[in-house]
Amino acid sequence: MTQLISLLQAGIMFGTVILYGSTGETLTEKSGNLNLGVPGIMYLGGIVGLIGVFFYEMNNPEPNKFVCILIAMVSAFVAAMLGGLIYSVLTVTLRTNQNVTGLTLTIFAGGFANFFGGTLNRLAGGVGQISVSTTSAAFRASLPFAQDLPPLLSMLFGFGFMVYLAIGVALLVNWFINRTSIGLNLRAVGENPGTADAAGIKVTLYKYLATCIGAGISGLGGLFYVMDYTKGTWDADGGIERLGWIAVALVIFSSWNSKRGILGAYLFGLLYWLFFYIPNLTRRSIELFKMLPYLVTIIVLILVALRRRRESQPPGSLGLPYFREDR
Amino acid sequence: MKNDNKYTEPFVRISKRGVPIPIWKAMGIRALALLAALIICAIIIFSIVKLNPLKVYIAMFEGAFSTNKRMWVTIRDAMMLLCIAVGLAPAFKMRFWNIGAEGQILMGGIVSAACMIYLSKHMTTLPMMLLMLVLSILAGGIWGFIPGIFKAKWGTNETLFTLMMNYIAIQITAYFVALWENPIGSNTVGVINPRTKIGWFPELFGQPYTLNVILVLVLVVFMYLYLRYTKQGYEVAVVGESENTARYAAIDVPKVIMRTTFISGAICGIAGFLAVSGASHTISTNTAGGRGFTAIIVAWLAQFNSFVMIPISALLVFLDKGAIEIASRYNLNNHVSNMLIGIILFFILGSEFFINYQVKFRGSKHQVEFQDGKHKEVQA
Repeated sequence: MTQLISLLQAGIMFGTVILYGSTGETLTEKSGNLNLGVPGIMYLGGIVGLIGVFFYEMNNPEPNKFVCILIAMVSAFVAAMLGGLIYSVLTVTLRTNQNVTGLTLTIFAGGFANFFGGTLNRLAGGVGQISVSTTSAAFRASLPFAQDLPPLLSMLFGFGFMVYLAIGVALLVNWFINRTSIGLNLRAVGENPGTADAAGIKVTLYKYLATCIGAGISGLGGLFYVMDYTKGTWDADGGIERLGWIAVALVIFSSWNSKRGILGAYLFGLLYWLFFYIPNLTRRSIELFKMLPYLVTIIVLILVALRRRRESQPPGSLGLPYFREDR
Repeated sequence: MKNDNKYTEPFVRISKRGVPIPIWKAMGIRALALLAALIICAIIIFSIVKLNPLKVYIAMFEGAFSTNKRMWVTIRDAMMLLCIAVGLAPAFKMRFWNIGAEGQILMGGIVSAACMIYLSKHMTTLPMMLLMLVLSILAGGIWGFIPGIFKAKWGTNETLFTLMMNYIAIQITAYFVALWENPIGSNTVGVINPRTKIGWFPELFGQPYTLNVILVLVLVVFMYLYLRYTKQGYEVAVVGESENTARYAAIDVPKVIMRTTFISGAICGIAGFLAVSGASHTISTNTAGGRGFTAIIVAWLAQFNSFVMIPISALLVFLDKGAIEIASRYNLNNHVSNMLIGIILFFILGSEFFINYQVKFRGSKHQVEFQDGKHKEVQA
């Protein structure tokens, strides 16, 4: 039982990282932009959030928890939005290829984040690794009433606030895309920008905003990874990148529906950590077991393609540039 | 609602160039973009290490070329990147987004390493080299072929399929690393056959990497001819431009997709063979090391012309080596090279816009006129 609970916990933690990533990417893809820079954007969110509070904690002997959280979230969101802005300027205004631009963004941001993550402390005159213990503790503090609940519930409510925020954001984005008139316009842009343009929708503006705000949301996933998952330190093992790609896969897994993405994210998390809780695995068979989430993603890709349900198809113009004069 | 009755010309107008820009102008625009990128990089380097950027670039040059050995390592790595880019070219020309080169390289690498480990007592180098070449072609080819079948038959999204195949290949590699680890407990395979050197590329003309260069250049020429002068290459181009046109021209689209993905994967498999047998003589989950992604950009920027890929991959490897040199001299970490490469690629990608499109500001009166049987740009 305790095993099962700790598996569930690990799964939810993992799921939250990719849920942010995929929610943001869903919003972006609804505008027709296929942003393969999600891993890079998550890197940006993670590292800049970390840098922001690092300087705050360094210069204040008694950092205020709320200020810590505020600085981390704002700097992560803004940095990730800037990443989205680079992507939008290149793909929307300068009409570069979306896949190539996204990959370049991932290369750039991965280098940026791992460079500063590895050397920031020395550049600032310290020794060893960056660590922002106060902020990380504030991020990981469980909800105040969690301890008084029975065991299973106290586990479910015992996470840091960003776990619940992720669910909220996913539901909000889903509501926004499907239930508001701006969301309807956004979908029109993603399905057929020519028609949307003719209807007087500002295609470029929608693409820019959806990409930048989507990037901001994805960036929070990187911040959650740094603050909750690795407890306020920087780990240059490429973990964010791996999770970023799974987040991109999750968008398809959830068939561009961020509400469905919530359960999908936790399912991925469970699959990812399953090997840890199966007894008597040798080190070799663990490596084979770790394939599981990727195999499942492939199976889902195939199933989605086979079923061809109308509501689970990608936006019509996904990945295609739009240029008014080309019509 | 605000209603502007007065018609105003937009501040900027963008249009496709009616007249393709002359080649020297296009190269000039690219050179300017590269220059701008290098200036931005210099500013960043300066703000981090507080040193004269020119000296830093000289240090980069020394890092890549200062000794004979370094120069050959730079050449070897450029050839490796070039080989992957050549492999990706047919798939991308077909608009098949093969971002699974990493996995295809690893599969080729695993079979090469397996040959070196299990057959070293039974075979000499030459037959083993041929066997490794064939097996790595098959392994990489199959790894590319699997997403190809599903794309051809059911239209599965190949971007994510190939990406996931990377991670599966990484896990398979991790499995074999654990199986072959030497010494036990190190979690690495170590250099295979260090004394007998069986399965290693032999030295030619006194250099250990001559064979790498020859092999890759053969592939470059092959791919150039294949894409430009063969029926299959033409089919790849048509499928890439429009599947409907291809179908109308009675091209068997699924067959072309499957064949091309196999070829693409096979050449990436050869790159794995190069990496294991011709370079590191060991295998790890880092054998591909992100080059499968960088090579995509090489192939794209060269517009699938394998000869143009040579200077581009040389430039990227030079930057990488140079940045690593700076990093070790000034006690920074290696990731700085990816950051700088990213910036340079942003600029080069962006510069394509100014080659393909014309930007006109309000009030300027550029016109294209038809004169003497040629389109000409006129300033009225």
